[in-house]
Amino acid sequence: MTATLLLWSIFLAQILLVAAMACATFRVLRGPRAQDRVLGLDTLYVNATMLLLTFGIRTGSTLYFEAALIIALLGFVATAALAKFLMRGEVIE
Amino acid sequence: MTHLADLPVWAAIPVALLLLLGASLALIGSIGFVRLRSFYERVHAPTLGTTMGIGSVLLASMLCFTVLQSRLVLHEILIAVFMIVTTPITLMLLARAALYRDRSEGSDDVPAAPPVQTGAPSAQDTAPPV
Amino acid sequence: MKRWLPYPLLTAALVAMWLLLTESVALGSLLMGGVLATVAVWGFAALDPPGGRLKRPRAAVALAALVMGDVARSNLAVVKIILNPRKTERVSGFLHIPLDMRAPYGLATLACIITATPGTIWVEYNSANNTILLHILDLVDESTWIDTIKGRYEKRLMEIFE
Repeated sequence: MTATLLLWSIFLAQILLVAAMACATFRVLRGPRAQDRVLGLDTLYVNATMLLLTFGIRTGSTLYFEAALIIALLGFVATAALAKFLMRGEVIE
Repeated sequence: MTHLADLPVWAAIPVALLLLLGASLALIGSIGFVRLRSFYERVHAPTLGTTMGIGSVLLASMLCFTVLQSRLVLHEILIAVFMIVTTPITLMLLARAALYRDRSEGSDDVPAAPPVQTGAPSAQDTAPPV
Repeated sequence: MKRWLPYPLLTAALVAMWLLLTESVALGSLLMGGVLATVAVWGFAALDPPGGRLKRPRAAVALAALVMGDVARSNLAVVKIILNPRKTERVSGFLHIPLDMRAPYGLATLACIITATPGTIWVEYNSANNTILLHILDLVDESTWIDTIKGRYEKRLMEIFE
C-alpha cells in the first residue's frame, strides 16, 4: 500500500519536474535576450539534477547521485562561463 | 520496485511529501519564468528551486537511502553545499552581465553606472569580492 | 605547522568532503583525503587570498539558522507573488544601500545571503563609497528593506568578521 503511494508520488513529482523543465526550455527558446536564455539553461540544469535524484529514489540505485552531482557541476561551470562571455566577450581574459 | 516496499510507513510518507514539495517549488519557480515580465524579475525565479526545492528533494533522498540501507547516507549534503555556494555566484554574474549590457545600450530601466574613480582600475574595483 | 597547514578549517572541510564522496572512513580514504586536502590548500594559499578570519563561530551558526528560516519564509512570499493572478499591484526595482562593513569575507557572505534568499539579488558593489545595488522583486517599502539588510544581516556579520 505505502509502496504504491510512494511510487505514485514519485511519478507525480517527476511529471512536475518535467513540466518545470518545459517552462525553462520555453525561456531558452523564446529569449528575448541572451541573458534570459542563459538563465533558462541554468534552471534547466537544476531541474535535471532534481529529476535524477528522484530517479535514484525510484530505482534505489546510488549511481544516479553521481550523475546528479556531475550535472550540477557542469551547470555551474557552463553558466559562469556564459555569463562571463556575455559581460566581456571572452571567457578567459 | 521491490525496494520501495521495504520502506516503513513512517519514512515513506515524509519521503513522498518532501519530493512533492520540492518538485512543486521547482515548477512554481519555472512558471515564474514564463509569467514575470522583465529579466531582472525573472532572475529571482530559479532561487525557489535552488534553495528549498532541491533542499527538500535531497532530504527525501537522504531519508530514503538511510532507512533502506540501514546506515547513515549523507553524501547528498555535497550537492546541497555545492548548490548553496554556486547559485549566488551564477545569479550574481548573470545579473551583472545583464546590467552591463543594458548600460552599454543606454537603457533607461537600469540605474546609471557609478562615476569612475580616477587612478583606480574600475572593472576590478567594482567586482563583488567573491 | 603554519607552513604545512595554512588554513586548518579549510583542510578539515576538504577532508570531510572527500570522506562523504567515497562514503567510507577507512584509513585509506582518510590518508588520501588528507593528502589531497593539504595539496589543495597549498594551491589556495598560492593565490594569496585576502586576510580575515571567523571571530565568532557560534554567532556564525546562529546566523546560518536565522538565514535558513528567512529563506523558507521568502520562498513562501515569492510563491505567492508568482501565483498571484493580478499583475499590476506589485512594484519591483533597484535599491541602493550604503554599508558600514568593509571586511571582504563579510561582504562575500552578505552577497551570498542576499542572492540565495528568493526575492532579493545582489547586483553590484561600489567600493568607492561602500554602497551595494540590489534588485528586489517586491519593493513595497524601501526603508523596511534597508532596515532588514542592515539590522538583520550586516550587524551580525560585522560581529562575526570584524
